[in-house]
Amino acid sequence: MLLTIMLLIPLVGSIAVFLLPASKPALAKQVALGFALITLVVSSVVVVGLDNSTGLLQYVESYEWIAAFGISWTLGVNGISALLIVMTAILVPIAMIAGWWDAENATRGTAKGYFSLILILESCIIGAFAANDLFLFFVFFEAMLFPIYFLIGKFGGPQRAYAAMKFLLYSLVGGLFMLAAMIGLYVVSARELGTGTFDVVTLTSLNIDPGTQKMLFLGFFFAFAVKAPLVPFHTWLPDAAAEATPGTSTLLVGVLDKVGTFGMLHFLLPIFPEASKFYAPVIIVLAVISIFYGALVAIGQTDVMRLIAFTSISHFGFIVLGIFAFTSQGLSGASFYMVNHGFSTGALFLVLGYLVSRRGSKRIADFGGVQKVAPLMAGMFLLSGLSSLALPGMSSFVSEFLVLAGTFAVNQPAAIFATLGIVLAAVYILWMYQRMMTGVPSQEVTETVTEINRRELSAVAPLLVLLIALGFFPQIALDSLNPAVQQIQEYIGFSDPQAPVVIEGSGE
Amino acid sequence: MNVNISYQALAPIIILLTSGVLSVLIEALVPRTFRRPIQLVLVLSSIVLAFAYLVFNSTIALTSDPAFSGGQIKGLREIAAAGAIAIDGPGMVIQGIILLISFSAALLLAERQIDPQGDAFTARASTLPGSEDERQFTANGWLQTEIWPLFLFCVGGMLLFPVSNDFLIMFVALEVFSLPLYLLASMARRRRLLSQEAALKYFILGSFSSAFFLFGAALIYAATSSVNFSVVSVAMENSSQDGLIISGIAMIAVGLLFKVGAVPFHQWVPDVYQGSPTPLVAFMSAATKVAAFGALLRVFYVAFGSMRWDWRPMMWVIAGLTMIIGSLLAVTQTDMKRMLAFSSVAHTGFLLLGVVASSAAGLSSSLFYLLAYAFTSLGTFAIVGLVRDASGEATHLSQWAGLGKKSPWIASIFALFLLALAGIPLTSGFTGKFAIFTAAVEGGATPLVIIAVLASAVAAFFYARVIVLMFFTEPPTDGPAVVIPSGLTTVAIGISAAFTLLLGIAPQPVLELVINVGLFIR
Repeated sequence: MLLTIMLLIPLVGSIAVFLLPASKPALAKQVALGFALITLVVSSVVVVGLDNSTGLLQYVESYEWIAAFGISWTLGVNGISALLIVMTAILVPIAMIAGWWDAENATRGTAKGYFSLILILESCIIGAFAANDLFLFFVFFEAMLFPIYFLIGKFGGPQRAYAAMKFLLYSLVGGLFMLAAMIGLYVVSARELGTGTFDVVTLTSLNIDPGTQKMLFLGFFFAFAVKAPLVPFHTWLPDAAAEATPGTSTLLVGVLDKVGTFGMLHFLLPIFPEASKFYAPVIIVLAVISIFYGALVAIGQTDVMRLIAFTSISHFGFIVLGIFAFTSQGLSGASFYMVNHGFSTGALFLVLGYLVSRRGSKRIADFGGVQKVAPLMAGMFLLSGLSSLALPGMSSFVSEFLVLAGTFAVNQPAAIFATLGIVLAAVYILWMYQRMMTGVPSQEVTETVTEINRRELSAVAPLLVLLIALGFFPQIALDSLNPAVQQIQEYIGFSDPQAPVVIEGSGE
Repeated sequence: MNVNISYQALAPIIILLTSGVLSVLIEALVPRTFRRPIQLVLVLSSIVLAFAYLVFNSTIALTSDPAFSGGQIKGLREIAAAGAIAIDGPGMVIQGIILLISFSAALLLAERQIDPQGDAFTARASTLPGSEDERQFTANGWLQTEIWPLFLFCVGGMLLFPVSNDFLIMFVALEVFSLPLYLLASMARRRRLLSQEAALKYFILGSFSSAFFLFGAALIYAATSSVNFSVVSVAMENSSQDGLIISGIAMIAVGLLFKVGAVPFHQWVPDVYQGSPTPLVAFMSAATKVAAFGALLRVFYVAFGSMRWDWRPMMWVIAGLTMIIGSLLAVTQTDMKRMLAFSSVAHTGFLLLGVVASSAAGLSSSLFYLLAYAFTSLGTFAIVGLVRDASGEATHLSQWAGLGKKSPWIASIFALFLLALAGIPLTSGFTGKFAIFTAAVEGGATPLVIIAVLASAVAAFFYARVIVLMFFTEPPTDGPAVVIPSGLTTVAIGISAAFTLLLGIAPQPVLELVINVGLFIR
């Protein structure tokens, strides 16, 4: 029941917020924040109560829904999904605090609408992470498009309608391919078991013949690759992230896109082990291309929000690389990366959002010398940036290192190329910092850019604390992730390559 | 010869046709001022009575059907009227859907608060458009109550069409429900020339396709010496007259595919939808499709069931083309009603997947899809009729800009219908699509399902475009407004929205129903 309750709290909250009178925006915001915080508490209870000795699903609950198609309301979490849910529950209230006045600054839409959409989104995302019925997952996967669509389309920048539409169409097309593959999978399960099912655990136990697996895999992969996003399915992301409010971008890039990589990890690998191995080399190439392409294009951006969006494409390349390396280090690195990326990209989007709203421009060239005018703000920006480029001591370093080490064990060229991506990360982050923060502040910057205020600080600081804390004590998270990773390896039937054992004295 | 009529099984049809006759008498004998209320009571009560009878029929008998793996199923199953009519589970489900739709449509047809001049129909169809007479009648505020007998005959014919068990009765039913539709289509109050042109087009093409149907029936009779479905089915297997049979099947298919609006027999759909009075379009787009698909399914499952391997390739091609062309042409439309018309063509393509599947799952999923689609379509057109400016309905897409700001409720419900048409989860359209796609994959039509998915992707674009237009575009200064309708339309829209949501969120009871009704009786 706990998972259903956790999913319903934000939903109830969104309805409550929506029913409040529009004349009391402050009350609506406080109520929304309250519900988000309750969700955070419940999700923390879930994680603390998690049994780290097993990678199997926990807190499982299952109720019949559409029996005619073998569809049930089945929820359950393992270490990976539980951590992603907590990450969601942390980022939602933070995005709310950071975007406290976003709705008022938008040309249309009301504050209660903005906050109630965020809560609906949170509910859908938690549902997608917790769902263990493929159909139920698909419902959440599709349902989450609509709140984010309205968040971009109603509260975004000048090109918001275009960006929202592009996002929606990409996602819908991806979802339709997944639907086709899901129907195929259902028919296969009906053939094997007598009655069709969408229960994920049952589906993993099927022996689907490799030819069929390869067909079905593609349908799912396409949907997840659009969502993740992997080059060449990525073009919606920069538009969406640049037009949305910083809070929305945080949730979009930091949380919602994780559903794509999570889907690869949680559904693709266990259900289609043969096909995953078959396609892995190709996907690894795509992942390395994403790392490079994202980083190179990020370097060339003049718009800060687009820049961050492209760095994320590069980071998603790392995550996908780790997933399709299949090694325990790669998989746990990728899972950990998902959490860290949520925090570090979120921090970047939020700090830049503060700057952009002050300066009224997203162009890098319009900044310069911010550290003289607002040193604390610049410091926050630097810390978030350093986390994004995976500086040792920050948690993103741990995950990036794990991914690279895990990949090196099975695919050395990919690992070596990917390592070069780290250099590029230093370029885009530090060069951006140099252009925006150092130098002599122009008159406009001196006039408009003020120091970070307490509300803004209270949104960003927890993220940075988390990034540093997890950087020094990654084991807290990895302890939860590792059993789940081992379970995935068991499903795909992959064991880590052993380092060649050199017997002492055998060399004579 | 002792002929078994089985009045009880036929009661719903008889009730509707008898009320049609009564309705004609009312037109002849009752003074003008009393006609409308009396007609309304008659129409609504006869539909309710027929539905009650149908429910009663579906609960009384408990028969076993060897063709159905579940063993025993509930509901009347018999060949009535000396073999001419087959009352069975699927047939009764289709009749039930038609009656539910007719009830809601009757509410829409009766609405007279939307147009300041009266209801959606011209004050007197016999006057020349733009003439002095017309002005006179309109100024008197007269309403055309002749629409009610036409409507009742139409519903009666529709009830008979999907349960006909031989080609001649089916042809009679086809004409009984088509002829009133041709007339009703010509009687719009506004833009009468457009309406009359549409009706004429509909009539000519419709008669043409009816002729095809009749000719096909004659060829089948020549080959099998019968027009009875079960006899035809057996005779076809043993017949050597392949030429006659194949051309017979093809011609009957033309007649039926015209009625459902499948490519390449779809040209009438956009013109008729655009020109006809909108409440009528709401009725037609829903009920005609249900009735015609009911008949199509019965003919191809029962009469031509043994020739499956001959007609399936043809159906593959038609289903594929219908989905592709319907979706692609919908993208290019700038008129709301035409866009919805092409969307209706695309949905015909999806529904044909159920025919292609030719299995128990194909049948049950088609029934579910029909129920889901019928209500969504009805609701969509009901709302289209509400958005008006001074000259009548504002159907150009650009006029819908910013509607979400002016009338958030109506725009939201319209968005719900569009999402259902696009097949988004938690709406009835998704459940229907899922069911029918699954049946088609099980029936070996995977390539067609992939085409269907691609067509859905294209379709998602033009539905989403309307939503964007409504919610994210600034309204034009002289734009149309949503008229506040009376309770009649509100109830009809409410029923449609309720079905659209309910069949999306909790479809299990209805899915159980359509699975448990079993197959067509032979």
